[in-house]
Amino acid sequence: MMATAMQLRFSREDEDFRAEVADWLSANLGGEFACVRHRGGPGDEHMYVEERKAWEQRLAEGGWTCIGWPEAWGGKDASIEQQVIFNEEYARAGGPGRVGHIGETLTGPTLLAFGSEQQKQRYLPGIRAGTDLWCQGYSEPSAGSDLAAVRTRAEFDADSQEWRITGQKVWTSLAHESDYVFVLARTDPEDKGHRGLGFFLLPMAQPGITIRPIKQLTGTAEFNEVFFDGAVCSAEDIVGQPGDGWRVAMGLLGFERGVSTLGQQMLFQTELDEIVRIARENGAARDPVLRQRIAEAHIGLRTLRYNSLRMLSGGDDGSLSREAMIYKLCWSSWHRNLGKLAMDVLGPDAELLDGGPYELNRLQSLFLFTRADTIYGGTNQIQRNIIAERALGMPREPRGEN
Amino acid sequence: MNFSFTDEQLMLAESARGFLGEHAGSEQVRRAMVSDAGMDLPLWQKLSTEMVWQGILVPEKVGGLGLGMVETALVMEQMGQSLAPLPLAACCQSILALRAVPDSEHCRELLSGLAEGQVVSLAHTAARPHWGAEGVAVTAVREGESWRLNGEARFVPCGHGAETLLVVAATNPGMALFSLPADQAGLLLSKAPTLDQTRPMAAAILTDAVVSADNCLSADWAESLAVVLDLTRILVGADQVGCAQASLDHSIQYVSERVQFGRTIASYQAIKHKAADMMVKVECARSLMCYAACVADEWLAGAASTRELAEAARMLASSAGDAAFFCAGTGIQLHGGVGITEEYDIQLYFKRAQATAGYLGRPHEHRETIASLLLDDGDSHAA
Repeated sequence: MMATAMQLRFSREDEDFRAEVADWLSANLGGEFACVRHRGGPGDEHMYVEERKAWEQRLAEGGWTCIGWPEAWGGKDASIEQQVIFNEEYARAGGPGRVGHIGETLTGPTLLAFGSEQQKQRYLPGIRAGTDLWCQGYSEPSAGSDLAAVRTRAEFDADSQEWRITGQKVWTSLAHESDYVFVLARTDPEDKGHRGLGFFLLPMAQPGITIRPIKQLTGTAEFNEVFFDGAVCSAEDIVGQPGDGWRVAMGLLGFERGVSTLGQQMLFQTELDEIVRIARENGAARDPVLRQRIAEAHIGLRTLRYNSLRMLSGGDDGSLSREAMIYKLCWSSWHRNLGKLAMDVLGPDAELLDGGPYELNRLQSLFLFTRADTIYGGTNQIQRNIIAERALGMPREPRGEN
Repeated sequence: MNFSFTDEQLMLAESARGFLGEHAGSEQVRRAMVSDAGMDLPLWQKLSTEMVWQGILVPEKVGGLGLGMVETALVMEQMGQSLAPLPLAACCQSILALRAVPDSEHCRELLSGLAEGQVVSLAHTAARPHWGAEGVAVTAVREGESWRLNGEARFVPCGHGAETLLVVAATNPGMALFSLPADQAGLLLSKAPTLDQTRPMAAAILTDAVVSADNCLSADWAESLAVVLDLTRILVGADQVGCAQASLDHSIQYVSERVQFGRTIASYQAIKHKAADMMVKVECARSLMCYAACVADEWLAGAASTRELAEAARMLASSAGDAAFFCAGTGIQLHGGVGITEEYDIQLYFKRAQATAGYLGRPHEHRETIASLLLDDGDSHAA
């Protein structure tokens, strides 16, 4: 029989790499770091921040930050498969939510693609070492799905030879804890939409920046509003030219090639496993309707896996394949439904908290926080527009004047 | 890990698309489906000599191509897109059945016949009310050097056009597989009119049909029956992916031409979002198709467990069955009034979607099987 090229399994070399990752994690993710296992994920990002910062440096010492970066900048030049494996093993071991992930997955690749030599020298080593944390300044109160509507202004002050940033960003996670922020701001007040934008790198510790946490329906606050009032950005710290910001910003969104999706699915699997365990314990497993929904959840999660594998097996050009275009809509809807399934499997117990004043258990937190999944990073409605327009070639939505 | 097709596989899919596009367009399909045979037998002749898809699953040593389920799934997907009434799925199912019996000269003869384009259909169930082992309604009693068969089988794919029938019979307590020539005394084969006219079915009634011991291909076939049905579910799933994709394609074409209120209705978000949901279902089902076809190839090579195969087949059957019905049903809605006319093809896909989603289990039954793997075993992880 001719061997089919479709392979369900990873290669021998990749499995060796997997063992190396797993060994390192099991040797290091204990002791002082035992408390961070399984913590700090979405919905829990405000927890154990100091310990997770220290963990970031431990990872860096072991050579496990930025593994997809080129060796010249301290990475391992890891293949897509290896990055997938790393993320899978990290999740399997209960590795905590990465406080360094914005720097590693967004700032770093952006600077590698668009940054000046000086910017690379200045910023990449701190990200690689796990010492410099980054947050992102994209969304604004009036620029959510319509990112090109940003109003934050960047003005070049000829006297001081510095940029001055004024405006407001929102939904910035870990703003308090971050050392730097990248900001999309308008360099030319005359231009509208995606023209006349710039991409700026700023230190957070400065008088022109004020942070205000946003309390969520879970009672916790992971996101912040960040106010810029003449915040300073040095002349060397604009990425690309004034007016290039949109191109850089869109490039950045393309870098997340989905290597973390299998790790994310590993977390989803632990959530589903817990629901299955409870269903078997409390008798929900005998309810025919819940059986259908649990099976559907299982099939849905496996579908996400094979969607990802198809997406990751696609071209290396970073262009959005059909599978990549459906991915956000699929996982967010699946996860939101899982939250509701968790409540229905818990039955009456879903209503009772672990403690006062508002101490949610993991599944209650899942239920509430997954309502955000179908909104952030492009709402389901925006995702459907993208699918219809880019994948199916249907007409674009009409744009308003402003 | 690799989840992309080889160039050869992509070429196979492309040539299938081309061949069926040329020879099995809407007009040809409609003509064949209402013919007496209910299928396009001249086209089957042409296909089996020029394209040789019926040989894909037949091992090379008996004259086949010796390829696998991934290749088969790619061709089946195109069959679902075209709706061509051809006995390809029926023959693939029979090949899989014959690959699950002990080697014998008779079995090799049947396989080489299949590789040459002979039609062989599997008669396994009366499906009253269930598919699978409990639906088997033929009994076989051993009488010295021969066997006597009685009972009925329904849903025999293309059975009225078959030269040979493979019949599953209960031997109490076991299950056996027999081969019967279509002109066997005591066998009455007749075409059964179907809601979906593109997948012709026959009924077989056996009244004291006596066959020799050589015709008993396996006397221990209960487990194989379950496996062959799971493998068949993967063929059907691929057909459903094609049916869903075609429903989407036809709908996009229609809404892009239809103008109301001064613009194409494709420009309305209500339509775009429906189309997006259709594409999501198609691609999700296609991902499971790739997975299930790989697992099937691994199973055939002895590298995957029967449980893995069952899980993969049921996941695909649930997902692709729902996807095809959703896409075809939504497709009718997007077509508006013309969607319910005979003239437009979307109604043919709608019927195909319903027929395939009811064949070998309905989607909720497949999900119940998954639920029982997850919830009723000692093991909470289906591997």
